[in-house]
Amino acid sequence: MTEHDEIPSMFSGMLGIIRRDLLLAWKRPGDVLNPLFFFAMVAALFPLAIGPSPEQLQFSGPAVLWVAALLAMLLSLNSLFLSDYEDGSLDQMLVSPLPLSALALGKSITHWLTSGLPLVLVSPIVAITFQMPLSVIGVLMLTLMLGTISLSMLGSVGAALTVGLHRGTALLSLLILPMAMPVLIFGARTVSLVAAGDGVAGGLYFLGAYAVLVLSFIPFATAAALRISNE
Amino acid sequence: MWKFIHKLASPPHFFRIAAYIIPWLVVPGLLLVGYATYAGLFLAPADYQQGDAFRIIYVHVPSAYLSMMAYMIMAVSAGIGLIWRIKLSHAVAAAAAPLGAWFTFLALATGSIWGKPMWGTWWEWGDPRLTSELIMLFLYFGYMALRGAIDDTAKADKSSAVLALVGAVNVPIIHFSVEWWSSLHQGPTLVKEGGPAMDPAMLYPLLAMILGFTFLFGALLLRRVRAEVLFRERRTRWVKEMILSGGQ
Amino acid sequence: MSMGGYGAYVWTCFALAAVVFVICEWRARLRLRRVYRDIEVRIKALGDTE
Repeated sequence: MTEHDEIPSMFSGMLGIIRRDLLLAWKRPGDVLNPLFFFAMVAALFPLAIGPSPEQLQFSGPAVLWVAALLAMLLSLNSLFLSDYEDGSLDQMLVSPLPLSALALGKSITHWLTSGLPLVLVSPIVAITFQMPLSVIGVLMLTLMLGTISLSMLGSVGAALTVGLHRGTALLSLLILPMAMPVLIFGARTVSLVAAGDGVAGGLYFLGAYAVLVLSFIPFATAAALRISNE
Repeated sequence: MWKFIHKLASPPHFFRIAAYIIPWLVVPGLLLVGYATYAGLFLAPADYQQGDAFRIIYVHVPSAYLSMMAYMIMAVSAGIGLIWRIKLSHAVAAAAAPLGAWFTFLALATGSIWGKPMWGTWWEWGDPRLTSELIMLFLYFGYMALRGAIDDTAKADKSSAVLALVGAVNVPIIHFSVEWWSSLHQGPTLVKEGGPAMDPAMLYPLLAMILGFTFLFGALLLRRVRAEVLFRERRTRWVKEMILSGGQ
Repeated sequence: MSMGGYGAYVWTCFALAAVVFVICEWRARLRLRRVYRDIEVRIKALGDTE
């Protein structure tokens, strides 16, 4: 039991942020659902544009789904720090005795829970419309899970750098997309390779390693970026 | 030695010293480029596969090399500026970015032009270097866009420094990913990544060109940094005194 | 000079490189000159009012 003037631990601080943001997301389901609808719509654009031929759909499925997921993540990243910036909780985080990197990590985790994880869970539904066999869908979900974790992390740096900037939205995408390309490359191509019968290990190892790398280092960059943007 | 470096970090000293250094970079640079151009165009034998078109390598490879070196310079000086709070370092980063972008553009343009007679198309996604250079261009644009979006110079310096550092860590990862991705396709590439298994008569002009480009890039960079420093320090006393006493 | 038909491509590339160098050099010098001029104007303006 903590006394009321004892500083909470870093871990409980992080949990506090996660809990608060999850509650906020629960109260405004639109924040979670809109990117999902966006994901489904973007995926639907491709058959409309290319044509309904099943072979083409099956061939392009992994790529289309991955690009749609990437864009949906970008969409939801814009507002990562926006509401905190506007209502002052960002300032609270900045002066908190807890390490800012831990709080930033908490924000990123919540972002993944409210944006990335739903995408992973919804992806099979869209994948089926692309004639994706079940075994491949499993790999798709795995790659999306690892990939969206990395995207949430990378995105948090971009969001921290552009919070409060005029036209920060487009800028955020410009900043994040080049760095998201390895994730996209390995994510989409691994699924394609599996669909063609090749092994999955290499791609998954890369995605896993990359996720671990960004989880370890990006929170510090995000914290630095938050301080710089708000001084 | 340390004292010299310390002195160099002070804007007025840098401004003066850089002006002296520039000619020492331009002259050797031009000589090297001149020799390399002549040797590359007229002395080196034609490639048995690509014929005379391979001579584009003498522009394409140095540009690509410089585009990456410029990014590293940008990231390192941004990092130094961020960690040790040296204003001049930030000025170097700011100056390096547009130059790096220009060389990236040059690498892309020459790569595309090279591709036309070789593959018949103006663009080949299968070539890892071209794709990497394209992503590099986006990285540069992102950096410059972020700088442009922030009005306060100090804030712009620090924000873009974080971006440059995160980007720098990602650059090798991007290269690796694109290599893997293009190796799946087993497509044609411009330059065999086997390295200098080239005939020395072909190799020496290339090395000379790379070195020459580097010298000229250094001169360009110093010039830009001088302009950048002068702009940032325009309201200081040392600038005022320098201008009143005749300027340079 | 024509290099087995590839001449146009090769010479274009070298010319492009030269152009890029010249542009960069020019812009750097231009920037420096403009900053000088702005500062001189400012100093003169302040000098008159002081």
